[in-house]
Amino acid sequence: MSATSNNNGATPLLAATGLSKLFGGVVALDKLDLQVFANQILGLIGPNGSGKTTFFNVTTGIYPVSAGRVVFDGQDITNLSTQAVYRAGISRTFQRSRLSLALSIFDNIMIGNHKRLNQGLWFNLARRDAFRRQFEESFEEARELVQVFDAPLADRMFEAIGGFPMIDRRRIEICRALVSRPKLLLLDEPSAGMTQEETTELMDDILEVKDRFQGLTIVIIEHEMGVIERITERCVVLNFGQKISEGAYQEIARDRLVQEAYLGIE
Amino acid sequence: MTAPQDPRSLAWTIGAAIVVVLYVILLLGVESQLEIAGLLAAGIAAVAVAARFGVVARLGRFLGERDGLLNALVVAGTLAVTAFFHGDAFVLLLVATVIIYFIACLGLNLQFGYSGVLNFAGAAFFGIGCYTAAVMTVHTAVPHLLILFAGGAMAAAIGSILILPVLRTYSHYSAVITIAFGLLFKIFLEVNDALGGPQGLRVKGMNVLGWKFNSNIDIGGIEVSFYVNYIVLGLVLLALAFTFVRRVERSWIGLNLDAVRLDETAAACFGLNITRWKITAFTLGNFLIGLAGALFAMMLGFIAPTNFTFGDSLILVSIVLLGGIGNPWGLVVATAILIVVPEKLQAIQEYRFLLFAAMVILILLFRPEGLLPRSLRTYFPGWRAK
Ligand SMILES: Nc1ncnc2c1ncn2[C@@H]1O[C@H](COP(=O)(O)OP(=O)(O)O)[C@@H](O)[C@H]1O
Ligand SMILES: [Mg+2]
Repeated sequence: MSATSNNNGATPLLAATGLSKLFGGVVALDKLDLQVFANQILGLIGPNGSGKTTFFNVTTGIYPVSAGRVVFDGQDITNLSTQAVYRAGISRTFQRSRLSLALSIFDNIMIGNHKRLNQGLWFNLARRDAFRRQFEESFEEARELVQVFDAPLADRMFEAIGGFPMIDRRRIEICRALVSRPKLLLLDEPSAGMTQEETTELMDDILEVKDRFQGLTIVIIEHEMGVIERITERCVVLNFGQKISEGAYQEIARDRLVQEAYLGIE
Repeated sequence: MTAPQDPRSLAWTIGAAIVVVLYVILLLGVESQLEIAGLLAAGIAAVAVAARFGVVARLGRFLGERDGLLNALVVAGTLAVTAFFHGDAFVLLLVATVIIYFIACLGLNLQFGYSGVLNFAGAAFFGIGCYTAAVMTVHTAVPHLLILFAGGAMAAAIGSILILPVLRTYSHYSAVITIAFGLLFKIFLEVNDALGGPQGLRVKGMNVLGWKFNSNIDIGGIEVSFYVNYIVLGLVLLALAFTFVRRVERSWIGLNLDAVRLDETAAACFGLNITRWKITAFTLGNFLIGLAGALFAMMLGFIAPTNFTFGDSLILVSIVLLGGIGNPWGLVVATAILIVVPEKLQAIQEYRFLLFAAMVILILLFRPEGLLPRSLRTYFPGWRAK
């Protein structure tokens, strides 16, 4: 399989080479070579169980790799801790939403802002005026971010997230991932459980955010082919942990292997 | 920026506070077991009725944004009760004990309520504070106020050794480790002759610049029990501890502790060092528990290993569960109930563990967030977005 990774020889922002992940006997990722280029939206597609989420989990340090390496922005991040990967500039959302339902919208977003907030005990407990300034600045920032997704939501920043519908939770989860200004955003099925219109709306918002944050790169796992066609510049198709095709949507949609494995029909 | 004025609610609140103080005085004052039981039943009924008509919720909302007012009411109420019973050593000992346990439970609340680290060795850390006070008051000339902080520091230091195995194991097992530590601590005291063995140790009373805390006071011919000294100092420490815990909660630190408790994986994906925050909560919590212990020891004047059983640890945990996990105000109510009721209602002394267990089970079943559930974090009460 020749790397059709064109892009005029540009160095990728994220590059996995020979990446494998085994869970006992299950090969979740099988010598995967995958490149993500700066400022692009990459669609990561493939049938259920093909290793898409595992790719996110291994990249972000939740699981150690079984073989291979991952380089991000010139730095080898293979087997770095989740904390170090976040600090390097990668943020993510989760397939099954992992917000803290008992906390407010603001609190949830601030969890994502960890590296930009002063975490010192003395600052937090004794220097309340300085803390207040940081709190107010962060609040404004978070509110502006939420406003991109949904203006009314931005007026309810101190309500518990548990009281909001799925679409709002997805929005907040993306805001949590974005607030620290990552270079790379990993979205794991952000439209799961949403209606057609909601999905369209969410994708519009994601495109708007990408416009605002100069230099944001996105990898999105998504099943809806219409969405993939509309928002991605490149796609990578996985099957049984292997890359079976890559290229622009039009190219991969024509690929026979992909049609067999995934689009399956016709 | 401040919460809107609301004179009617203020009047209601002060009225309610006066009723509560009168009720507490009545409860502490009556002797007959039947009257006590009746009063307790009446109290429960009154709260239920008030809750039914939304009074409790309304007071809660009003006070929720006014920490200063609530603090003032608690201090004023305690002082009113203290003044009423100024000569009654039994009642005042009870009041001081509630205050000191409250401080300890604030520490436990930091650990369990915020970061989710279960500590079933609360009585052991309390005991470390006690024994530190015993050894230091008798064998050193360190100023007694400093000894209180030494008690806290000692508990925090020993706790930071225990936390290592706790962090290496998953939640339920780590609770077992704290249980084991609590049991070991008691056995260690019993076999250690240098620390008095099973007989325990004498502790010198608090002495601040010649003001001897353990002598009764004579104010214009009125004999005032020496426990009043400890109540006053206890209130001061309580106010400090309370402010401290509130600030922890209303900061990024409190947010981190919540994040660690609620979802470690998500927290780790956003850079939170899980270990660091658990150690922080455990250490700060043990400091408060040890500090409370040191004060308690000086007040009692004598301590023995039997003060620090697993049962005592359970009482501390029950208070946190009962009061409202993570809510410092819930602790006041729960501490008062769990400490005062068995002392007054002698009939249930024998069965108190049974009763506590039943209460905790009922609470976990029907009101898992506790009597006074914690409210959402406000970083600055009354703050409104521009
Ligand atoms: N933590 C895990 N333990 C064991 N097997 C796992 C684990 N995570 C994923 N797998 C397995 O790895 C394969 C790929 O899963 P996943 O990456 O979740 O697929 P996708 O996201 O593409 O649907 C599946 O067979 C799945 O059962
Ligand atoms: Mg998946």
